[in-house]
Amino acid sequence: MSAAGNGPLVSGLRRAGSTALFLLQVLAQCLPALARPRQLAMQIYNTGARSLVIIMMSGLFVGMVLGLQGYDLLHRFGSEVVLGQAVALGLLKELGPVITALLFAGRAGTALTSEIGLMRATDQLTAMEIMAVDPLRVVVAPRFLGGVIAMPLLTAIFSVVGLFGGQLVGVQQMGLDGGVFWSQMQGAVDLHDVAEGIWKSLAFGAACSLIAVHEGFTAEPTAAGVGLATTRTVVASSVLILLLDYVLTALFI
Amino acid sequence: MADAATAVIEVRDVHYAASGRPIFAGLDMVVRRGRITAIMGPSGSGKTTLLRLVTGQVNADRGSVSVFGHDMATLDREQLYAVRRRMGMLFQNGALLTDLDVFENVAFPVREHTDLSESLLARLVWMKLQAVGLRGAARLMPTELSGGMARRVALARAIVMDPQLLIYDEPFVGLDPISMGVVLRLIKRMNDALGITSIVVSHDVQELATIADDSYLMAGGRMTASGSPRQLADSSEPAVHQFMTGGEEGPVLFHYPAPDYVGQLLGTPE
Repeated sequence: MSAAGNGPLVSGLRRAGSTALFLLQVLAQCLPALARPRQLAMQIYNTGARSLVIIMMSGLFVGMVLGLQGYDLLHRFGSEVVLGQAVALGLLKELGPVITALLFAGRAGTALTSEIGLMRATDQLTAMEIMAVDPLRVVVAPRFLGGVIAMPLLTAIFSVVGLFGGQLVGVQQMGLDGGVFWSQMQGAVDLHDVAEGIWKSLAFGAACSLIAVHEGFTAEPTAAGVGLATTRTVVASSVLILLLDYVLTALFI
Repeated sequence: MADAATAVIEVRDVHYAASGRPIFAGLDMVVRRGRITAIMGPSGSGKTTLLRLVTGQVNADRGSVSVFGHDMATLDREQLYAVRRRMGMLFQNGALLTDLDVFENVAFPVREHTDLSESLLARLVWMKLQAVGLRGAARLMPTELSGGMARRVALARAIVMDPQLLIYDEPFVGLDPISMGVVLRLIKRMNDALGITSIVVSHDVQELATIADDSYLMAGGRMTASGSPRQLADSSEPAVHQFMTGGEEGPVLFHYPAPDYVGQLLGTPE
């Protein structure tokens, strides 16, 4: 509370607490934000559509690597035929949501933090306050919701492109039979596995967006302060994504 | 002491400290209806902090700030927003929303607070932009505006909801003489034509003297002098005289407290 409260643990806890309180405030403004579909669509475009290229490129390469490594590993046991299943489960349950979220934190999260931080630094948020307009409703809530909606969509696209990448290596390059590849996948993957990825991506979307808007909103209104907040967004999001991933995986298995 | 009927803002015996550093110690101020009140003072004397108190962004540690008869410290969020809807503020850098063009910036408070039809809203915005001479710039983005233009757009935005109180934070900083004259005349015209009460915070003594009805001089956490610009200019009080004439000699020191100069140049390095 007083002088003793400056250790890294206490300041970390305080940060977590203020983020949680901030979440409640933002959630309270989400309904009014939903009532403005144009603004929301704009934010989904900003965070989602603008991340598409990096998400699709990464998805393709991750899928191709999965194909190569999977083939190499399975080949040692003489069971290459299950490659489709291995690639699909790896992507849908784990790599799709996690890597998409990490890329999202780096691409969209930093953009959100620096945008809101600069709005703070240039008095735009204060100006709204003085105009009796709540910046949480107008600026923060639509961006938060946009992130939460965009993340599962990006994850789905990532996984689909990844499957294509895995197929490219497994079938086109390594010569597996295409029919076997797809039918193995179809037989082994059920709705439960797909749902796991979707729930994860929703949780990651909420966590990443919350950290990004909170860091921006509370950034010190200087060039250095906004820079620091942006860095913190990436670090905190990445750690939280991996931590949440473990917790959620444990819940689903 | 002004009677309550004409006082729009009353600041009484305000004490305020930010991060342990005292900024105000017994500040008193009255802003009267329909007049232009100038608040002057050297940099760092707390002029901007005073505006934060008046707009309810911070609360005084002791004493009271009342605006339109409401004690700002006792208001909840809804009531505070209701009071703020009656005021407009012009920020030093304009604080225009960078993702909206000039037209949408001026329309922003109207869209947020009313359900006006698009044609009515457009008419309102065109009128305000005409008043600041920037109707032709409606589709420019804030980054395409000069500093003076940005401030005029911000002024149009500040008056679009027809406030009763207009607050100008350093409206003349960094303006060329032409823009400065334009802004100066705009402030005067807004005040007279719309019957608005105005507060202008600045240290441009000469410019303010031409438009202000009342003026206050801040220093050391309190108002050291008040009266008409003429009275302040004629004051024989050393601190007031130094500020009004821009002298280096006087109670306000140019040098930040430092060890002996010669000793530091010739003495042992620290």
